[in-house]
Parts: sequence; structure tokens; C-alpha cells
Amino acid sequence: MKLVTAPEWVLKVENLGKVFGNLSKHGIENTGPEAGTSKDSVTGAIVAAWDVSFEVAAGEALGVVGESGSGKSTVMRCIAGDQAATAGSVKIRTAPDEQLDIFNLSAAERRQLRVNKIAVVYQDPAEGLEMNVTAGGNIASPLTAAGWRNFSAIRGRASELLSRTEVPLNRMDDAVKSFSGGMRQRVQLAKAIANRPPIVLFDEPTTGLDASVAAGVLDLIRGLLEEYGLAAVVVSHDFSVIEMLTTRCIVMNHGRVVESALTDQLLEDPHHPYSQKLVSAARA
Amino acid sequence: MTDLLNELGAEHDQKQFGILDEYSKREIRRAILTAVAVPGYQVPFGSREMPVARGWGSGGLQLTLAVISPSDVIKVIDQGDDQGVNAVNLRRLIVQSTKVHETTTASEASIVQSRHRIPEDGLDEQHILILQVPVPEPLRGVERDMRELARMHAEADYSKMWVSLYEDKVRNGVITQTTGYPCLVNDRYVIATTPIPRWDIPRLDQSPFLTLFGAGREKRIYAVPPYTPVTPLTFEDVPFEVEYTPGANCSQCGSSKSFLVEIPGPASRWVCSDTDWCERNSGKAQ
Repeated sequence: MKLVTAPEWVLKVENLGKVFGNLSKHGIENTGPEAGTSKDSVTGAIVAAWDVSFEVAAGEALGVVGESGSGKSTVMRCIAGDQAATAGSVKIRTAPDEQLDIFNLSAAERRQLRVNKIAVVYQDPAEGLEMNVTAGGNIASPLTAAGWRNFSAIRGRASELLSRTEVPLNRMDDAVKSFSGGMRQRVQLAKAIANRPPIVLFDEPTTGLDASVAAGVLDLIRGLLEEYGLAAVVVSHDFSVIEMLTTRCIVMNHGRVVESALTDQLLEDPHHPYSQKLVSAARA
Repeated sequence: MTDLLNELGAEHDQKQFGILDEYSKREIRRAILTAVAVPGYQVPFGSREMPVARGWGSGGLQLTLAVISPSDVIKVIDQGDDQGVNAVNLRRLIVQSTKVHETTTASEASIVQSRHRIPEDGLDEQHILILQVPVPEPLRGVERDMRELARMHAEADYSKMWVSLYEDKVRNGVITQTTGYPCLVNDRYVIATTPIPRWDIPRLDQSPFLTLFGAGREKRIYAVPPYTPVTPLTFEDVPFEVEYTPGANCSQCGSSKSFLVEIPGPASRWVCSDTDWCERNSGKAQ
């Protein structure tokens, strides 16, 4: 299979695998798209993702497409450090002389990465935000974690970020729970880019928003990707999101990558039968 | 063999000192040693049933009874008052069970057990200050998951505490938290300085005396050893301030330099919270 590569990668995922439960001897061969299942018939273990590899460069967005249960969110959670992977490695290189293997880091170091290197934008804003805290307070969270100790500097940076993500500044001191879905997602975006992380992972960033609001949020995300030169991974089942944000993408089915291609190529001429099915379903 | 038995018997016959048995004392002392060795770290301990209800100073009482010896002199205060109900009862319990001397003057005491205050003066290197703590966990207000709390302390990840200070300032214009103000001990652990007010916090910093915090209901002991830095968490541009009411001074001794409490009523007035200090201060003035 063609490896999705980027010459100057910032994020490199190699042979990533995640299995829930104990695998039998031939568990890997007996699962996947050919077998039509991700469940090991002997032990009942779930091969949520296996042999997933890709690279992402700065200023580039990679899409991860697939139906529910295909393992795309598992891949994202392993990169974010929310879940421990079973196999493989995730490396990040945010400076020329730096190379970190995420799985070799301690829990505390991984958490530190989440402060200023890798940000995650979740589908559900409640996962990424404290609902009872104000919009400004939510942005103060990553800033104070990064060592900001000056109240007016924190306020200044928070209002700068909120105006960048088009949240009205007169709502800055209101609890996020009083915000609409679209505005919550904008606050989440502001929080994600607060410490200018080089890598941002988007997990279904517009699912759950109505079409017009989603379009606005997508527009904003595209602007942020360009402006900050982010290396982004966009997990989505929605081809319009993938089409708008990404240049390359991988298609996942039963925990495996079945196709990797340029996004427009995939949409015009999908090769794998599963990709063809997905694209035709989206175009119907 | 008989000698050994006699010896053991003799030891067994020895009357225990105070109401705590020797095994309990040993366990509590070990927890205290850990707490002193790791300033600000909350050490779990097996909190005993005491003759006072939990929440009424059982943690402080256990600490006092574990460190006290016959030569000690005890002072017990409640809200700075030697005659407060809680103080009187705890003092009676300690003195009757150990026969140690009692005093109301901080400088004459060797152990000061307190709810709510550090005495205004008189504490030095020979003193142990024991505080009765209601809620030992400084992060309880911002996080409820115990495992998450343990992780935050382990990784010194206190950003949630900072966010709560930010929120306090944004919503109220000033930092409103008074008692239990979060402080960084020895540049490592954040502690709840509950039960003392903000007023007393600067006196914990590099203090010559040992401060022990005991929470009986929550089964935690922590300590600020002598000459340890204690820094209140505060933003660089929002200075830490102690409680202060302009124009208020004590109606007994006239002081405006002590921690004052308001006695409400038709003609409300202010008095020193530390009654013993107030008496000595008014004696001086006359």
C-alpha cells in the first residue's frame, strides 16, 4: 500500500495499532476489511485500528474518513494521548533538532505536550470545555498551564483569540453553557490555538451543528489552518468537511487503512470498493 | 525468660499517656514525619474515633495528643478566642487526660491548637502550631474526581486553580476567597490554608514554628515545616491583599493592626479576633 508521506513531517504515525482485549494467534489476519469484521472470533478482542501509518507536514491537513466504528476516532485518541496504543509509534518534530516519540513519554510529559504542542477539538464542546466556566476562563486554562501569570495579559490574549474566532467580546465573561452550539465550537477553537500548538487534531468538528453554522465554523477552521500553518488531522465521516479542509486523506474500514490518496482524487476516482461505496453514498 | 515477661508486663502496666494508645500515636507521628519531609503533601492517616465529633477538631486533637509530652504547655483557641466553646472543651479534654499545663499566652505555650487563627504574636522556633482543618483539599472546588486530584498534585498541574482565581476576579472584580486561600508550599504543593484567613498567610511564610494541619474527617495530615516558603497563588498584576476594613479599630484595645472581627448588632463594633493579644495590648495602652 502506498504510504502517505510528507517530506518535512511534523507528525508521523507509524504502524499504529490499538486492540481492546487479548488477541488470538491469528487475530490480526482474521480481522479487517477482507474478513469483514474487526472482532477476533476466537477471543472476542476488538482490533480497533491496525497498521495505520501517515505523515503530516506543517500547513497541511490530512483527513481520516470512514464510517462509525471504522477506528478513526481511536487513531485520533491514540495520537492525542487519551488512549494508550497497542503497537506502533507516534512521533512529532516541531523543531528541526527535536523528535519526540509520544509513547516513550511519561504521562506528565504527554500532558505537557497537550498544553503547547498538540491540541484537540472535539465533536462535543463539553469534552473540550468547562461548561460552568466563562469563555475567557476556558482560554485561561491552557494559558495558565503554559505558565501565564499576568491577569491582564491573559485577558488580552483571550480577547484576541475570541475576536479571531468571531465570538462576540461582550460574551467573554459569560459561562460557556449559555452559548449556542456554534459559538461553543468557536470557543473550543480559540482554546485549542491559545498556545499556538503546531499540531491540531479535529474530531468531527462540525458534526452536530446545523448546515449554515457548520459552514461558518469550517470557514474559520480553514482560515486558522492557513494563518497558523498548522499540521492538522481531521477525522470526519462527512466528505464536505474533508473536501473543504484537507489535501490528502486516508480511508479506514474495520480498523485498517484501505486507501490513501489526494482528497480530490479520492472523490473523483476512488479505487477501493469500500471507498467507492462511501463516495457514492455521499454524492447520492 | 521470667525477666523478659516481667519486663513486658511492666511495660504493659505503664499507664498510657493521654487518651490515644501508643500504636495510634506511632501511626500519627509517622504521618507527621512524612508530612514534614514533604511540605504541603497531604498524608493519609487512620483517623481515630475521638470523644469529639468529626468536624469539631478531631484532626487537630489527634495531632496534639500524638505529639504532646508531660512537659508541654498547651494553648487552645477557637476563632482566636481562648474561651470559645470548642476551645474550652478541647483544652479540658487535653489537660485532664494528660495533666499538662495550660496557658492562654502564646509565647508561654509549646503547643498551640487553633481553629481559624494564628496567634497575633509570640510564636517562635520552640512552638508547634496545630490547625483543625475542615477541608484539606485545595482543589476540591474545581475537581471532584479523586484520581484526577491525585494526578494534579503529582504533576503539580494547578492550572484549574488558576482558572478559578481568574473566574473569581472576572465575576467579582476582586479575589473574594478569604479563608482557605490556596498557597504554594516550598514551590511544589498547593495547600488549602483553611481554616486561617488571608490575614495570617504572610505569617506562615518562612515562619520559625512548625505548623501541622490535621483533618480528622478527611483523614489527612499536612505540614509547613519551619522556614519554608509559603506563597499565596496570585496573578503578577493583582497583588495579594489581606482583609482590611478602612477605619475599623478594636473597641477594646483600639488596635487597627490586628485581625478584627465585626460584632453585629444595632451598634456594630469591631474587636480583635485574638482575645489574649487584645487583653495584653489594652493593658499596655493603659
